[in-house]
Formats: sequence, C-alpha cells, structure tokens
Amino acid sequence: MITQAILRALDKKAIWLVGILLVIAIAIPAGNLLIPPGQPFHVPAYIVTLFGKYLCYAILALALDLVWGYCGILSLGHGAFFALGGYAMGMYLMRQIGDRGVYANPTLPDFMVFLNWRELPWYWQGFDQFWFAMIMVVLVPGILAFVFGFLAFRSRVTGVYLSIMTQAMTFALLLAFFRNDMGFGGNNGLTDFKEILGFPIQAASTRSALFAATAVTLALSVIVCSMIVNSKLGKVMAAIRDAESRTRFLGYRVEYVKLFAFTVSAIMAGIAGALYVPQVGIINPGEFEPANSIEVVIWTAVGGRGTIVGPIIGAVLVNMGKSYFTGALPDLWLFALGGLFIFVTIFLPKGIVGTFAQWWRQARGPRRDNTTPRDTGASADRPLVAADPQPKPAE
Amino acid sequence: MADKTDTMLYLDGVSVSFDGFRALNGLSIIVYPAEMLAIIGPNGAGKTTMMDIITGKTRPDDGEVLFDGRTDLTQLDEAAIANLGIGRKFQKPTVFENQTVWDNLELALKKPRNVLATLFYAMDASDRARLDEILETVRLTARKNDLAADLSHGQKQWLEIGMLLAQDPKLLLVDEPVAGMTDSETVETAKLLKDIARTRSVVVVEHDMSFVRDLDTRVMCLAEGSVLAEGSLDQVSANPKVIESYLGR
Repeated sequence: MITQAILRALDKKAIWLVGILLVIAIAIPAGNLLIPPGQPFHVPAYIVTLFGKYLCYAILALALDLVWGYCGILSLGHGAFFALGGYAMGMYLMRQIGDRGVYANPTLPDFMVFLNWRELPWYWQGFDQFWFAMIMVVLVPGILAFVFGFLAFRSRVTGVYLSIMTQAMTFALLLAFFRNDMGFGGNNGLTDFKEILGFPIQAASTRSALFAATAVTLALSVIVCSMIVNSKLGKVMAAIRDAESRTRFLGYRVEYVKLFAFTVSAIMAGIAGALYVPQVGIINPGEFEPANSIEVVIWTAVGGRGTIVGPIIGAVLVNMGKSYFTGALPDLWLFALGGLFIFVTIFLPKGIVGTFAQWWRQARGPRRDNTTPRDTGASADRPLVAADPQPKPAE
Repeated sequence: MADKTDTMLYLDGVSVSFDGFRALNGLSIIVYPAEMLAIIGPNGAGKTTMMDIITGKTRPDDGEVLFDGRTDLTQLDEAAIANLGIGRKFQKPTVFENQTVWDNLELALKKPRNVLATLFYAMDASDRARLDEILETVRLTARKNDLAADLSHGQKQWLEIGMLLAQDPKLLLVDEPVAGMTDSETVETAKLLKDIARTRSVVVVEHDMSFVRDLDTRVMCLAEGSVLAEGSLDQVSANPKVIESYLGR
C-alpha cells in the first residue's frame, strides 16, 4: 500500500528533483573535503554551511507550500514550528557541552548557572540523548500544530482570520521565549555548541555531513509531499482550497484533511529547524519573529506555490539575494524584498516555476495533450487569500 | 401526517429566520423512496433554504427533519449527512474548476472518505468502469481530461449531475438543473432524472415549466416559506393562489 503510494509519487519531475538533490548531497561535501583548497572545484567551507542553511529554508518553504499552495491554508506562523524544532535540537547540543562551558557545570547549561538555577528543569530531562531530542523535534511542532489546527479548523476559521491567528501564535511564542524564567536562555537563546553525536560541530567533515543530511532530508520531503499531493488526498486538498463548502457536501471531513496537512507540514518545518541550528550554531527567540514567517511566504510565492520545485527554488534564490544584499547594500535589503514581493504578485502570480511552466506549454503550441495531467500552477490564479467561494445561504 | 417510517425525507413544521426574515414558515414535505418531487415557487420562497436545512448547512429554529424515517438531520453536519446518502446539486454549478472532469468524478465516487483511506486510495478496474459509465451517461467521455473550468455552463451542470451519480446517494436534491442548457439538453436531463427516480428519491427545484412538465411527477409550489399547493402540475398551475403569487395572471 505504502510502496504503491511512493511509486505513484515519483513522477518524472520528482525523480529528477530527488536525483539532483542526492547528487548535490554528495558533490558539495566531496568538493569541500576531497579537493584541496586552491584547486578548481574546491568548495570553501563557508559555502557548504551557507547552502546547508538555504536547503533548510527550502524544506521550510516546501512545508508551507503543502498547506498554502495545495490546501489553501495561508500560515503566517510556520517560523514557529521551525524554531521549536530548532530549540529541541539546541537543547540536545547544549547538554552535549557538559562541563566544557564557561562555568564548567557538568549538567546545567551556562545560562542556568548564571541565573542561579540549582537543578535542571523537568523539561530539559532526556535531552542529553540524541534519540530523545529527535523525537521531540517531531513531537513538539507536531503536537502544537495538531492542537492549534484541531481548534481552528473545527471552528471553521479560514482565510485571513486563520492567517492572523497563526501570526499571533508565533508572536506569543516569541514573547514567551524571550523570558529568562522560561528556561530556554531568554534573549540570547542557545549557543556555544561543541559537539553533535560526538563530532566537533565546527569541523569541516561535520559541516559536510550536516549538509548532506539536509539535502537528503529535503529529497525525502519532496517524496513525502509528492506522495500526498499526487494521491486522491491531494485532489481533496485542492478541492478544499478551491471550494471548501462543496467538498463538505461531498462527504469529506474538511477539518481532518486540513489538520493532517497542517500537522505533516509543521513536522517538516520542525525537522528543517533541527537541521538549521547545528549549521548556524545558534537558536534564539528571534527565529519566532513574525517577519520570518512572512519571508517564508515570499520565498514560496516567488518560486511558485502549488508546485513541488517552486518553493525550493524560491527559498534558495531569495536567500542568495539576501546574502548578497545584506553584505553589499545592507540598508536596501528590506526594500528589495518588499519590491520583489510586489513584483511577483503583480507580474508573476504563478511564481517563477508556474510562469516558466506556462511559457513551456505555450511554446509547445496549442496542441492539446491529454496524456499528461495539466496540474502545474493551475491553482495560482487566485488571490493570495482566497475568499471562500461558497454558494449563498439563502436564495 | 403520514407514518414517518416509510418516508425517505420527512420535514414537519420546519421554520427558520434570518435576521427577522422568516425564510421557512412551518414547512412540511414528505418524499417517499423511489419518488420524485418537483418544487416550484417564486424567488425567496425558501427553496434553497430548504435544501440548506436538509444538507446540514443551516440549522432550523423549529421543526423535525428526518431522513430514511429515522435519522434526525438537524443534529448532523454536512459531511455526515452526505455520507448518509444525500447528494446535492447546487443552483450555480459548483464543480472543482482546477481539476479535470475525471478527477471531479473520482472525488465524488462513493468510497471511504477518511484521511488515510483517501491518501492510500488506488483506483481499481471496477471504479474505473463505473466512472466511464457515468461519463457516458452525462456525455463527457470526450472531455474527461479537460479542466472542469473549460466546460460550458450546461456541461458543468451535467458534470455535477455525474458527480451526484458517482456519490450513489439514496436521496438527490437537485437545484435548477437545466439553467443554461439548450432545449435538447433539457429534454435529456428530464429523461435522466426520471430514470434515476426509478430507484432513488429525487427532489428537483426548477423554474422551467416545460421541464417540470417533462418530469411528469408530483409538484409542490412553495411561497413565503410554506407549501402553497401540491398535486399534479395541472392541478397546481390551476390553483388560484399559485397563479396569484407565482405564475402570474
């Protein structure tokens, strides 16, 4: 049953994408570790980390696309799930520091010693074990999304109201994590990591391994997302996106379909966050900033929502632009980002990938090709937050 | 009123108000198994509100709504009611425009509706044969791979009727099925609905009088939220109250 679903998921485009990601997972680390500096094709260490970061963002954007592009749920709080996954990983990395911290306390992280805490709070127990931390990376964002989604979707909160609630959720978490007495390092967050699974976190080989792990996770995310959107459930999700009330009258429990998509998406975002933290070396409450979640929406819109490859391309391109601008013209970055969003919304409503796919179809001529389903970007004509196109209640 | 247990649909004294406007006012309707009922009436008579109440979109303020003689529909939501076997075609054709004709029918096909069953659903030969048969019936075989958005208005109506067939309901609520259809399509639709009504209960709301005549069945005229007259089309259209409020002198 599951193998059948996976086989169905792997259409030509997905196979290419997974293949490219696996090649990248090998080629970039090999270029860093095997080719000595100074040779052509040597990949400098900072590039490995930088692109590792981009790929984490790509997983996050793909997660958002699953709910937004395919199911019409515009979440403006996906950064919260990313940050929670990151914090779970950060807690593991903090516990790995052991007595090598500034205060040399074998169990308490430095910030707790500094705050005169005597013992480890209950919710830090178990995070010295990698497997436990990895379970939490999945469970914490997953359970939050499940509870939030259950309440919101059951009450039929949709459209901008849901978006505002997700924004409020991430803002509430931002404020909570800023507090020192929450026990997550307050303002400074978690940092000064030394080792992951016993390997020094700064070493080139560890960085390359983290990069490879991120690329492979992105490839797995592509498979999971294709499996969902190419299944009948994917058609139900698109039906909900386009005509929610009609889908109910066909007998589908709209709230459970949305809950499924939202929870899977939050878990993917959490895993992306967990891969992000060891590569950038810090997690702090800034990751909960509402603006971060909005940026994810921009990446997805730029790349092309309602496509699998779009959000990946969007996340990498926009962040390459960000890296360049914040270095060369730091004052202009936010203007450039805002301008980009306006440009894409007006001139490329289907994003880069959707627009390209449209050109491609037109270039092949008006000949009707009934053998391939015409799915690419067909959904993207709608406004960003679709008004619910329901029939009027009374005649 | 008659014995409830033999009925497919039983509405007794159903009333509902929106902001003080009484959309339904003590409406009572009975539909028996394998029977067709045609409902006519002026705009604002409460025809669509009645369908909203039966399908769980609107809760009545008062009255009894029973399906199959025993299930209280006022306690259930849209999805539960649809799964009991009540299918609805909307006044304005509502199909999934960004999906193909085939996918629209696949979504409607009677199959387990829960998340995991839907995720791992694989269409087998009998499902495919059933959809091909429905495509033949609604004459959309040639267009099965086209987006529903590209269909003409009349074809969208047919697609929605096809979706109803795929749902395999016991009771069909059909709201203005022939709006936007050509005369010959209208005749075909009447034939199709009569055919369906041999095994299922059908409630049709329509303004087109020649279509209602083609249906050749029991007719009910609603006005201001309650039943004005009931009987054959000739009896109803001869009723002075119906002439007054609906047909015009």
